[in-house]
Amino acid sequence: MTIEEVQQDIIEEFGVYQDWMDKYGYLIELGNELEPLDPKDKNDQNLIKGCQSRVWLVAEKENGQIHFRGESDAVIVKGLVALLLRVLSGRTPKEIMESSLHFIDDLGLKQHLSPTRANGLLAMVKQIRLYAVAYDRLEK
Amino acid sequence: MNYDVHKIRSYFPVLKQEVYGKPLIYFDNAASTQKPVQVLMALERLQNDYYGNIHRAAHYMADKATEEFEAVRDKVQQFINAESREEIIFTKGTTESANLVAASFGEQFLKPGSEIIVSEMEHHSNIVPWQINALRKGAKIVKLPVSESGELQTGLLPELISSKTKLIAVAHVSNVLGTVNPVAQIIETAHKRNVPVFVDGAQAVQHIPVDVQELDADFYAFSAHKMYGTNGVGVLYGKRKWLEQMPPYQGGGEMIAEVSFEKTTFSEIPFKFEAGTPNITGVIAFGAAIDLLQETGVENISAWEQELLTYATSQLKAMEGLRIYGEAPKKSGVISFNIAGIHPFDLGALLDKTGVAVRTGHHCADPLMKHYDIPGTVRASFGMYNTKEEIDRFMQALKKVVQMLA
Repeated sequence: MTIEEVQQDIIEEFGVYQDWMDKYGYLIELGNELEPLDPKDKNDQNLIKGCQSRVWLVAEKENGQIHFRGESDAVIVKGLVALLLRVLSGRTPKEIMESSLHFIDDLGLKQHLSPTRANGLLAMVKQIRLYAVAYDRLEK
Repeated sequence: MNYDVHKIRSYFPVLKQEVYGKPLIYFDNAASTQKPVQVLMALERLQNDYYGNIHRAAHYMADKATEEFEAVRDKVQQFINAESREEIIFTKGTTESANLVAASFGEQFLKPGSEIIVSEMEHHSNIVPWQINALRKGAKIVKLPVSESGELQTGLLPELISSKTKLIAVAHVSNVLGTVNPVAQIIETAHKRNVPVFVDGAQAVQHIPVDVQELDADFYAFSAHKMYGTNGVGVLYGKRKWLEQMPPYQGGGEMIAEVSFEKTTFSEIPFKFEAGTPNITGVIAFGAAIDLLQETGVENISAWEQELLTYATSQLKAMEGLRIYGEAPKKSGVISFNIAGIHPFDLGALLDKTGVAVRTGHHCADPLMKHYDIPGTVRASFGMYNTKEEIDRFMQALKKVVQMLA
């Protein structure tokens, strides 16, 4: 599946929830299901500091693809991290660099990507792209 | 109690709206308050009828705007009972007021080795300006610590004050804990050692009656947007004896007496500290906000908000795993809390979707968060228009949200 197809899938999944609380209920479920990071990975090097909550991101490259793992101390953010990983993990640097990320906006969750006083998510998306650019350069 | 909250609510049409399909409950008044029609009308009237730049031109529009602008200075003077109108300086907000004193007082009085005592419960805007200017002058910041219940350990003050102490910076009311600090006592202690005190009154003036002469404060700062006025307007009150000794903060129009390339002389206070065209519309609209506070009576607002505080506190305390930060006997209508095992961000994000606006995060008070060793809190803060029914609905929403997150 392409990045675009996964985004469409997610939008469809959320489409069944009319009520905001149900939407967030689903996000919480996803957050609770996200596999926790090994405590040793929750270090300062992997920390993306937000004003409201913290996010950790680990990247590993295997067979030309970047695999991301992540976690947050807030469960809603964890749910959003789970979605981002579903869309962007296991992709080639080129795929990530060329992707347009719109599903968060489409789901009406854009407020969680506000540039200031946010929760580290926007910084996480940036960090994912930076990893892609860095790995892409290394290949060349 | 004879407080007509419904009449007051009628002045704030914004409160009638629904957000996410739920009636709005606005409990983020410590961050900023909503604006009443009186303020909105004052803004509109000025723009429509007599807008002109103040203190400059000799024409009708400018004269009328100047008159209204200066009338607000009188209103502010009366509101905080300053000795004279010249001691009222208009700024962009409390932050600019603090920066003005830090830079200008700092320039005049700080020397290498000087010390400024800053309380541990301060908002960043009453920490960072002092740090920046201390660094510039080789001075040092000394911490006045907070106790577990969220009270300043003022008993330590006589030991902390030394011959190097040049100023004490302290909030009248904590934006996180709601603690009403004993500023009169702090000022008395400081003055015995000839140390002036800067009081951050941003969370105080709209909630408790403030008399700067009775407090004997040297400087007192606050923001219009937290007292039902518009954003971009603040006040610095300063005792004449200090303001006259302090150099200008910024240069520009209005603040000068005579300018030549060889030498410029400055205006008298307050204009010495009001360089450039100020926020004319904002200041004039601020006058309408002060009128509303005065008509309602800050002591009446205070009593009403105390009722709300007591009502909400007792209900919150009954919730399992809930901890309130800040339980000083003298508190304003601010409640910071956390629920065991739940991140404050999650609580706030979900409460938002139930129509409840609260603040979550560190509230620009990192040192205080470190003191309690927490990432942040959920903060509900009340204003003159909030009701017990809103607290009931907030409690229902909170219980539902906690169930979702548990």
